[in-house]
Amino acid sequence: MNETYSALAAFAQTGGLIYFMILFGIVLAYALWPKNREKFDDAAQIPFRED
Amino acid sequence: MAQQKTGLVSLEEGGFAIFLVLLAFACLIVAGKTFDQVMAFHASVGALFAALGVFYIFKNYFDDGGQAIPQELDGKPNYNIGPIKFGAIAAMFWGIAGFTVGLVIALQLAWPALNFDLPWTNFGRLRPLHTSAVIFAFGGNVLLATSMYVVQRTCRARMPGKILPWFVILGYNAFIVIAGTGYLLGATQGKEYAEPEWYADLWLTIVWVFYLLLFLGTLWKRKEPYIYVANWFYLAFIVTIAVLHITNNLTIPVSIYSTQSVIVWAGVQDAMVQWWYGHNAVGFFLPAGFLAIMYYFIPKRAARPVSSYRLSIVHFWALIFIYIWAGPHHLHYTALPQWASTLGATFSIILWMPSWGGMINGLMTLSGAWDKLRTDPVLRMMVVSVAFYGMSTFEGPLMSLRAVNSLSHYTDWTIGHVHSGALGWVGYISFGAIYCLVPWLWNKKGLYSLKLVNWHFWLSTLGIVLYITAMWVSGIMQGLMWRAYDSLGFLEYSFVETVEAMHPFYIIRALGGALFVVGALIMAYNLWMTVRHGEAEEADALPAGSLAAAE
Repeated sequence: MNETYSALAAFAQTGGLIYFMILFGIVLAYALWPKNREKFDDAAQIPFRED
Repeated sequence: MAQQKTGLVSLEEGGFAIFLVLLAFACLIVAGKTFDQVMAFHASVGALFAALGVFYIFKNYFDDGGQAIPQELDGKPNYNIGPIKFGAIAAMFWGIAGFTVGLVIALQLAWPALNFDLPWTNFGRLRPLHTSAVIFAFGGNVLLATSMYVVQRTCRARMPGKILPWFVILGYNAFIVIAGTGYLLGATQGKEYAEPEWYADLWLTIVWVFYLLLFLGTLWKRKEPYIYVANWFYLAFIVTIAVLHITNNLTIPVSIYSTQSVIVWAGVQDAMVQWWYGHNAVGFFLPAGFLAIMYYFIPKRAARPVSSYRLSIVHFWALIFIYIWAGPHHLHYTALPQWASTLGATFSIILWMPSWGGMINGLMTLSGAWDKLRTDPVLRMMVVSVAFYGMSTFEGPLMSLRAVNSLSHYTDWTIGHVHSGALGWVGYISFGAIYCLVPWLWNKKGLYSLKLVNWHFWLSTLGIVLYITAMWVSGIMQGLMWRAYDSLGFLEYSFVETVEAMHPFYIIRALGGALFVVGALIMAYNLWMTVRHGEAEEADALPAGSLAAAE
């Protein structure tokens, strides 16, 4: 029981870091990808396009 | 109106009617057989509400002859604004009720005789009534109303369903009534922000699932290629609240005739689940939902797009992935393993980044249009709210550190922190959104009086400043008095001495609260006059049921 706990805790403390860094990298790449600029500029105008 | 019948009862109308009939009978049986007076009362209320629901479904069916509602009128989406109007009115009603109860309990703390020695009016029962009324009743109705408005407008599509939107908004308010009366009568799970008992929780779960379906259904019908960022925040709020609510309320009723229930989690696990819930109820109900309001209403009011759409994407993903881990900072120095509470504090510190990224994004939306702050008190209110967001999200991570928490925990500092976020950020962004919404919904050119908005703004700002400074001083003083030792190692002060020392600050706090209530009353009057006597939007008479452009 205690070993399971330690193993899980150790994984949460190391694996978590890697997981979050990768996620953040993906988010940044998606947000800053040059090709997406046009799409995002267009989306920012949505509130002003309504009928 | 006797029109010829063109359609049978739709699957939606029939389904909701059958469900409500069954619910009404189930409630009647429980009300008849229960040994618990609170349960008898709540089951009767439930039966009455369900029966009214069935009545209105069929009344509506006979009135409109079962005709389908057109999705478009004159080539424009036929937005469904009835439930939004209801939500806006309910928000103002519950807001004033919740602020007033808050003022009452603030006065009770200064003058305990105001408990009146009655069980129903004592602090322990009124306090959850206050927190739930302001967060879930006021905030919840603001979120329901604005989300229904924003998602329809930014998708350029009508919400799906005839009964569904009404079921969501009325069902949610029925939950509020059950929960609030339960607190006064003593039915509570005793878990902060999760006080409603099992049957109320079950009902909220049903309503919430339909809310999710309503929101997703509108997104599904969208005419825009992209989902606007505000909708992402609303969606995160809806999904996360569902997960949190269900996990933290996995209770087994003692009997279906009893208001009592037992949670499946035990000991420190229960504490962790509760504060995972508690912090994210604060994190996803309050920031995520209200950030959606910020991302729609500030650009709309300032007539300029959000400062950086890219930053808003990073803001969204970073916020939702980080917030969910911050809960353990509520359990420093407890049975919770230290690494877990360190983890909570670490994530709270990391939260500085997305929070301030979002704040800067909101504020910089005004760059080049700062002059509007001078002329438009509604926009000023929303911008000040974003500033309060920045302030309280700076303070929060600081307080989550173990060293600071050892001083601040259990003191009034926490109350001050919560209220700088709740009154300043959530309150002001909600007021701003309602000030925008009411003229749009009731088809008016503008508000009845911007001067009154100004009065509201300054009175309540003064109130907030009095409130939070009083709580800072009293909280830090309280924390320092608790930890003061004399040269022999004895505690320097007794508990009663700390209470005595806090008395003047309690009076200042109540004064601040009173100013905030007065501001809200001015707002209600202003909105009432806007609806009753406001100048109508240009007269190119739009057909009933449609909505004129906001500009």
